[in-house]
Amino acid sequence: MSQASVPIDFRTNAQHVPPKMPGAVQKATARFLGGRAALVELLGEELWQQLRQAGHDLRLHAITHLDHYLVQAEQAVTKAGGQVHWARDAGEANRLVLEIARQHDVKKVVKSKSMATEEIGLNHALEAANIQVIETDLGEYIVQLVGVGPAHIVVPAFHLSKEEIADLFHKKLGVDAPSEAEGLTQIARTKLREEFLAAEMGISGGNFLVAETGTVVMVTNEGNGRMCTTVPPIHIAVVGIDKVVPDWESLTVLLKLLARSATGQKLSCYTSFISGPPRSQAETGPREFHLILVDNGRSRILQTPECRETLLCIRCGACLNICPVYNSVGGYAYGWPISGPTGAMLAPQILGTKVAGALPFASTLCGACNDICPVKIPITEILLHLRRRVVEGDAIEAAVAPSLLRAGAQAGSVVLQRPWLYQLGSKLLTWFQAPLKSDGWISKLPPPLNRWTMVRPLPAFAFDFRAWWRTHRRGGTR
Amino acid sequence: MAIRAQLFITCLADQFFPGVLQRMVGLLERLGVQVAFPEEQTCCGQPFFNSGYQTQARDLARKWLEVFGRTDGFIVSPSGSCVDMVRHHYPRLFPPGTPEHHLAEDTAARTFEFTQFLVHELKATDVGARFPHKVTYHASCHLLRGLGVREEPKALLRKVQGLELVPLSTEETCCGFGGVFSVIYPEVSQAMMEAKVKSIEAAGAEVVVACDAGCLMNIAGGLRKVNSPIKAMHLIDVLTADRGTR
Repeated sequence: MSQASVPIDFRTNAQHVPPKMPGAVQKATARFLGGRAALVELLGEELWQQLRQAGHDLRLHAITHLDHYLVQAEQAVTKAGGQVHWARDAGEANRLVLEIARQHDVKKVVKSKSMATEEIGLNHALEAANIQVIETDLGEYIVQLVGVGPAHIVVPAFHLSKEEIADLFHKKLGVDAPSEAEGLTQIARTKLREEFLAAEMGISGGNFLVAETGTVVMVTNEGNGRMCTTVPPIHIAVVGIDKVVPDWESLTVLLKLLARSATGQKLSCYTSFISGPPRSQAETGPREFHLILVDNGRSRILQTPECRETLLCIRCGACLNICPVYNSVGGYAYGWPISGPTGAMLAPQILGTKVAGALPFASTLCGACNDICPVKIPITEILLHLRRRVVEGDAIEAAVAPSLLRAGAQAGSVVLQRPWLYQLGSKLLTWFQAPLKSDGWISKLPPPLNRWTMVRPLPAFAFDFRAWWRTHRRGGTR
Repeated sequence: MAIRAQLFITCLADQFFPGVLQRMVGLLERLGVQVAFPEEQTCCGQPFFNSGYQTQARDLARKWLEVFGRTDGFIVSPSGSCVDMVRHHYPRLFPPGTPEHHLAEDTAARTFEFTQFLVHELKATDVGARFPHKVTYHASCHLLRGLGVREEPKALLRKVQGLELVPLSTEETCCGFGGVFSVIYPEVSQAMMEAKVKSIEAAGAEVVVACDAGCLMNIAGGLRKVNSPIKAMHLIDVLTADRGTR
């Protein structure tokens, strides 16, 4: 399986969130948001807003000139001795990785954290080909041991407690693990050290791809990314075509925005720049460097002007951290590795609305994501467009909403366009509700309106302003 | 010449909060505003627009423009999200080149949410109200982020005699209403609503104030469900509490 093909049922998923999840998620997101806020304050709101605008503008410039910058990047990588491959979709990207692995008889792969490889389901493809794949980001390593994907795009295992991780290490690694962070990290470090040295191939993603020099930029905090991209003899970077930026000046703006928004750091512990394999005997590192540029629906996103800015995303996770929906359910409810508002925006466009049509509705449109996004993606506007795509269809996809719902909406609109019918209906509601009403409230309604009353009572229908107004206008009330 | 205001009552307030509307009329008239009420109005189309039914939303927007387009003066509403719909989404539902575009732009420019209207147009922050209670304020999302109204409601509350405004830790966090969201994903809506209710209780207030019927239905319902003594009130009810019957 490379990509989800079964419809994502957000409601059912949300109903099955473990009770401890929301609290753990909220604790972590509050920490990141606090760190971010402190750094924004340090910079000053005005400068921060200028940075966001600059980030938005240069990302938009890059994705509207993808054809130019990608070719420039390809030429630069090739010139530096790297090999560039183009993957139309997830399947093609996975096949390219497998082909390179097969050529070198690779049996073991170490991976640094990469949302692009999560998106294309690379681990499944490698495992299906009997190639062992080891995630080396501590969080990814932990969720891989659990047998699930990341719960957050930046901090994959942040919902698990030290006790849970100690228990996991005990069960899966057969070691006595202490319930404290340093001891647990030491265990993972020792295990991973063996893997780094034994692996025949390292796979990474890339946070950015600098077109002018063909440089893959990797932003990490644990050093595992450097190990993956320097120790094994082959390095493959799997990078979405949307990650390209024109030059190093652009990159500095984005790096300033990324770490602050993601983890509340001025800069992450490691920022790695990879520009091809060693150029001389004196240089060390993998003898082969492959860059796989993945489209997987991205050029289709460019075709819809209302959705284009989806591709500005730098996967910082700030929209997840601020989102009250994400904070209530965690990442797994989204049924896709990229969760939260940015996932709700991206998944339906990559997987199609038949699969991910529920996700654009998994938002109250409160807009907190728009305000926090470091590259000013109008997330709720895009979600609105995707809701339209689900309900009415557009140039990309036909409508997928049930026709009964659409008939209901049409009926509602017919009534509301006729003031007399609206007023008659409103009057009737105040009568019909009588047996349901008590003390000004309705605590139980029949389906489908029970979806409101199962959560909280509904104020009783009152509808008497208009009558009051007529009396008032005649001077009857003061 | 007296300032004229057309009441844009919104369908939710029309259905559930007629008392707020009556008191809004009373307050505006006391402030010297000549109030009119275009009775043909129904719904601005926001619920349809937000759930993807753009065709139906456009039909209702056209109807709204027909009703309010022939009026003059300010258009004033007790709901931030409905005003956001008219101000920001109408001109895009009817882009340049469509017959309704000019009308959409014209009405958008003269449509105001109640606190915007009081603070910026009438320059009235002290309306002579008295409400000797501890009050906290919930910022409705579209009022806050759509219209950029952050301080106006609190400025009005601060001028109310005897009122103690206490901070709400989740002031700017969505209450979980979200229109159709509340019925599409009731469990998630519930989790958000319960978090909001808990924070209101923690604020130590007797009353929580909001400026949107949707949030009020959700929060008031949530408070009632746990038999909380805390009341959810529209700002207008606080601004008229001591004089509502005069």
